[in-house]
Amino acid sequence: MLSHLNLEATELRLGLPGSIDDVPSNNKRPSPEDHQTPPAPKAQIVGWPPVKSYRKSTAAAKNEEAESGMYVKVSMDGAPYLRKIDIRLYNGYSHLLTALEDMFKLSIGEYSEREGYKGSEYAPAYEDKDGDLMLVGDVPWEMFMSSCKRLRIMRGADARGLASAQ
Amino acid sequence: MCLFQFQSVMNYFPEEVLEHVFDFLTSHRDRNTVSLVCKSWYSVERFSREKVFIGNCYAVNPERLIARFPRLRSLTLKGKPHFADFNLVPDGWGGHVYPWIEAMAKSGINLEELKLKRMVVSDESLELLAKSFPNFKSLVLVSCEGFTTVGLAAIASNCRFLRELDLQENEVDDLKGKWLSCFPESCTSLVSLNFACLKGEVNVVALERLVARCPNLRSLRLNHTVPLEVLQKILVRAPQLSDLGTGSFTHDPDSETFIKLKNAMKNCHSIRSLSGFLDVNGRCLPAIYPICISLTSLNLSYAPGIFSNELIKLICHCKKIERLWILDTIGDKGLGVVANTCKELQELRVFPSDLYGVGNTAVTEEGLVAISAGCPKLNSILYFCQQMTNAALITVAKNCPNFIRFRLCTLDPIVPDAVTNQPLDEGFGAIVQSCKRLTRLSVSGLLTDQVFLYIGMYAEQLEMLSIAFAGDSDKGMLYVLNGCKKLKKLEIRDSPFGNMALLSDMGKYETMRSLWMSSCEVTLGGCKTLAEKMPWLNVEIINEHEAGEGEGEASCDDRHRVEKMYLYRTLVGPRKDAPDFVWTL
Repeated sequence: MLSHLNLEATELRLGLPGSIDDVPSNNKRPSPEDHQTPPAPKAQIVGWPPVKSYRKSTAAAKNEEAESGMYVKVSMDGAPYLRKIDIRLYNGYSHLLTALEDMFKLSIGEYSEREGYKGSEYAPAYEDKDGDLMLVGDVPWEMFMSSCKRLRIMRGADARGLASAQ
Repeated sequence: MCLFQFQSVMNYFPEEVLEHVFDFLTSHRDRNTVSLVCKSWYSVERFSREKVFIGNCYAVNPERLIARFPRLRSLTLKGKPHFADFNLVPDGWGGHVYPWIEAMAKSGINLEELKLKRMVVSDESLELLAKSFPNFKSLVLVSCEGFTTVGLAAIASNCRFLRELDLQENEVDDLKGKWLSCFPESCTSLVSLNFACLKGEVNVVALERLVARCPNLRSLRLNHTVPLEVLQKILVRAPQLSDLGTGSFTHDPDSETFIKLKNAMKNCHSIRSLSGFLDVNGRCLPAIYPICISLTSLNLSYAPGIFSNELIKLICHCKKIERLWILDTIGDKGLGVVANTCKELQELRVFPSDLYGVGNTAVTEEGLVAISAGCPKLNSILYFCQQMTNAALITVAKNCPNFIRFRLCTLDPIVPDAVTNQPLDEGFGAIVQSCKRLTRLSVSGLLTDQVFLYIGMYAEQLEMLSIAFAGDSDKGMLYVLNGCKKLKKLEIRDSPFGNMALLSDMGKYETMRSLWMSSCEVTLGGCKTLAEKMPWLNVEIINEHEAGEGEGEASCDDRHRVEKMYLYRTLVGPRKDAPDFVWTL
């Protein structure tokens, strides 16, 4: 059931794709040893990749916005690693849930006050300021944003228990 | 009939007839050719030419331009070398437009159109432009810098017949001025307005009114501060738009505003080109599905907020797309969808999304192969990728013999073939051999002199070549210089080419627009030799570290390697506006 998690995305590898066996010696290039280190932040070659500075500065601005965000951890039952998202990037529950569905490759479905996320085997829950585990969707979005400390996507019996407890 | 007989027959025609015939020649290359035939053709041509293209602003000067073409109405100027885009040219290098505007104003030129690329445009230039040319109609600035919203206000206020204000990817100091409100009520002539690159807010009420009173408005590109509510109102007033750049595209998809937007979009039957989405909520994208079916051009390369599955859903609607610019978040799978859906695709650009971190979302050779197999009309590509293989490039070459522009950029500049670990020489060799009409090529990845042998041998139409971290010896550069007869622009960085290659055929550089070499093996002595022998070239050395020391001791050593050299043919000798750190030999 974990095959859809797309674990390749975060697979740790040593070295960049391809090895360096046949690199001819040349004094103008970054040294071949670079290929054997784990993927570090890209070597600071000025002007590479050749992307217009205008484009880079637009991307940087987006990154900066991201840095001052409200990052919360997202765990999913059964997944080996957690993710982190900036809940300020979303303007509502539907936006957030779509993002989670895309990130974890699953379907959460529609929220209803009465039945929670009935029909899906997953229920999105969050830990609030008091440490309680709450179902996502009950309170207004702004209140959720300020009280959510951590997200958890629950599966199976636990999820159903949480949903029907509402 | 041979040319002599033809020419003498033509000379019996009055000049008006010649002029009328020349009217049908729209390309500047054709007009340039025609002007070389004989003195009388030169004369007729120069008095009738209205549009002039100058690919290097330092190849001529304003005085010569005006003297030769007194009826000039439309001017295109390019300034800095291409590698300036990637921060390889220091600030203050040059490329100022002011002297050109000043000279044309003084000479009474009836300027109507000005298009500038990679030039420094000050507010004073814009103010002078706005006040000097009463019939001025069109200003297009691409990758320029040096101006603020004050300059834009001058244009808006003074150009009574302005049709086009198109700002593409400029670095503008947005002083949050009220430039948009400066368009007077009497301005109703706008056809095209693009301010997507501005960072500050605009007066949205003024914007809506401007749109409402310009019935010929066809192209409108907003910046990211214009909210979706305003976009909706604009679309209601301007359903005739054919080119739209959205501002912010994020809103509650269940709201009334959003429903109104959807309806307004449905009414925009003419939109063929779409861009923007700098701020985007993926759930709002279905609003554009109704127009996707008619789109021929789509630029989502500034929209990192669209997740790949949403991107794919969107693309499925775009069956008539001819030009597509996207981020590599689309993935190989997404490119497969493009290949299956976009059968009219001619130009594809895939940009890297992860410029600062450890990229793991990039596309690979698989995506490129899929596109080449699925899109028979593909002729232009810019592809940033994580890895590449010779086999893939060979397949692409076989599938797409029609490439005019082929630019491949591996995120690691010297990555070898991902499967065989060999250099990518054979792959690029296949491209140049198969694509007989190739005019522009950028190579990357692990490359030896061999790839340049292929390029020299097969790339007969090549006009522009970009090389980085490639080759083993001078032979590589020699193959290119000897082989590519139509070469106009050659730019090289971090490659082991030295004086031997530089000096082997000095006359070649007079047939080219320019040559850039940085972090190569050429020395000061080599550059000096070249400058001495070739008076029609400006050989400029850029010495960032030596700035302020003048021609200090160390920098005078002829054996010293030159960090950056830019040479270009010119009719007017060394330029007078070179800063301290630029040394014209």
